[in-house]
Amino acid sequence: MLTQKLINDGNAAVDEMLSGILAAHSDHLWRPDHAPRAVIARHGPRPGKVALVIGGGSGHEPTFLGYVGKGLADACAVGNVFASPPPQPAVDAALAANGGAGVLFMYGNYAGDVMNFDMAAELLEMEGVEARTVLTTDDIASSPTREKRRGVAGNVFIFKAAGAAADLMLPLDEVERIARHANARTFTMGVALSSCSLPQTRRPSFDLPIGEMEIGMGIHGEPGVRRGPLRPADDVGDEIMDALLTEMNAARGDKVAVLVNSLGATPLMELYILHARVAQRLAHAGLTVHKALVGLYCTSLDMAGASITLMHLDDELIPLIDHPCDCAMFRQG
Amino acid sequence: MDFTTTDLRALFAAFAAKMAAERDALCALDGAIGDGDHGIAMEQGMSAAAKAAAETEGTLQDICNAAAKAFLNAIGASSGPLYATGFLRAGKALGPVNAILRENLLQIVPAIRDGIVHRGKAEPGQKTMLDAWDPAAEAVLSGADTTTVSNRANEGAKATSGMIARMGRAERLQERSLGHPDPGAISAAMLINIIASAARTRP
Repeated sequence: MLTQKLINDGNAAVDEMLSGILAAHSDHLWRPDHAPRAVIARHGPRPGKVALVIGGGSGHEPTFLGYVGKGLADACAVGNVFASPPPQPAVDAALAANGGAGVLFMYGNYAGDVMNFDMAAELLEMEGVEARTVLTTDDIASSPTREKRRGVAGNVFIFKAAGAAADLMLPLDEVERIARHANARTFTMGVALSSCSLPQTRRPSFDLPIGEMEIGMGIHGEPGVRRGPLRPADDVGDEIMDALLTEMNAARGDKVAVLVNSLGATPLMELYILHARVAQRLAHAGLTVHKALVGLYCTSLDMAGASITLMHLDDELIPLIDHPCDCAMFRQG
Repeated sequence: MDFTTTDLRALFAAFAAKMAAERDALCALDGAIGDGDHGIAMEQGMSAAAKAAAETEGTLQDICNAAAKAFLNAIGASSGPLYATGFLRAGKALGPVNAILRENLLQIVPAIRDGIVHRGKAEPGQKTMLDAWDPAAEAVLSGADTTTVSNRANEGAKATSGMIARMGRAERLQERSLGHPDPGAISAAMLINIIASAARTRP
């Protein structure tokens, strides 16, 4: 049986979504005529500023498009559902946002994204534009090795820190260093309760029986680390927090930013129930919550489930996380 | 009997038809160990490649180059850069000519293999599309006939079930990827079978 979706044509879903986003947020976003899959911040890019260009597959909204705006990303390359954009939109996005101070590409660590954005960086180099790359690798369930991990919801904090650094007109070396620093201190783990389905197939992408959950599942439905019976929110929160706190290895008195994120279908009620446990656990660990976000920040189409992200703050990251930003789907300050 | 630009356009059309027919099956294979979209990417990419090939006048190499660019820009993803690079190498192997001897068509198999290796940095045995392309390419280079080339590709794709993924999204599954074939290797074997068949007769 096909899943029910409010779409017209599965193959046109991304382009039709883009039309809607540009119509709704024309005060924040614009799109070059020749580049239908490059979206640029109206008020972000300016001369002398490092251009932060993010991107990746669609289906994670408000990631990535929603974080394009003054104080955050300058432009975004938009891929098909769960698929890296090809090099050209990344080149188009970078050229449109280029302020002459270099380009920083930031995106989640996936083989396809790396190949396409690396090709884009090569093409930019041929045009005399320096482009560097920082991959996000916050999903602790995806590999024991940091460099091999996927980038997931922690993108929000990592992009935020790098975007603030760029907005403060720091040079490319510094923005890159801060981006790496922010990534190294950000940790995410999720749980899936049901499969998403792609608009093109309208069939569940994987089989997750009623009554089961999958801990560590990726934001494209990549299988996680452990499947088991669905547990109460407190137990799931504890399992994830145990893993995050062990990875983060913070000292009592340290500050964190926390994100409790819906994978798409899980409602705010459940996110706040989960967050209640997260807050208890952080208090118990002697950690201060400097910033808490609860909501839909990095989704996986209509997947049910949630992820928890902790960013281990320090004196450098705190002002960057607090820095104002004004994006189509995320505002602060 | 020569292999002409008309035959090359037909070859890309045959790729597209096969990927469209197998789209849902490839997505289901991908759902077991990946993100479930491989069939969609291959269908969209090959459809764009076939369209570009059909619309391109010029040599065999020109047609391959147009198909490569169209495939890449239609999908991105991981298959995009890999097959785009493979098709560029195939075009180079065919050369700036309007026809080749039909039996020489098999030479695009090692060319595509080389392009995939160059772009993706994978090695055989890592449970990727290379596990179909590599044995087929080696068979071509050792002078094997078209049936043997097809068989090597099919065996290679099948053997990915017994491999632990070391590249791409399935890598994170480790031993949980065992027992599932790699969808990229399965679709690769399908393409190689079409090439082998075209090297025998018109596609």
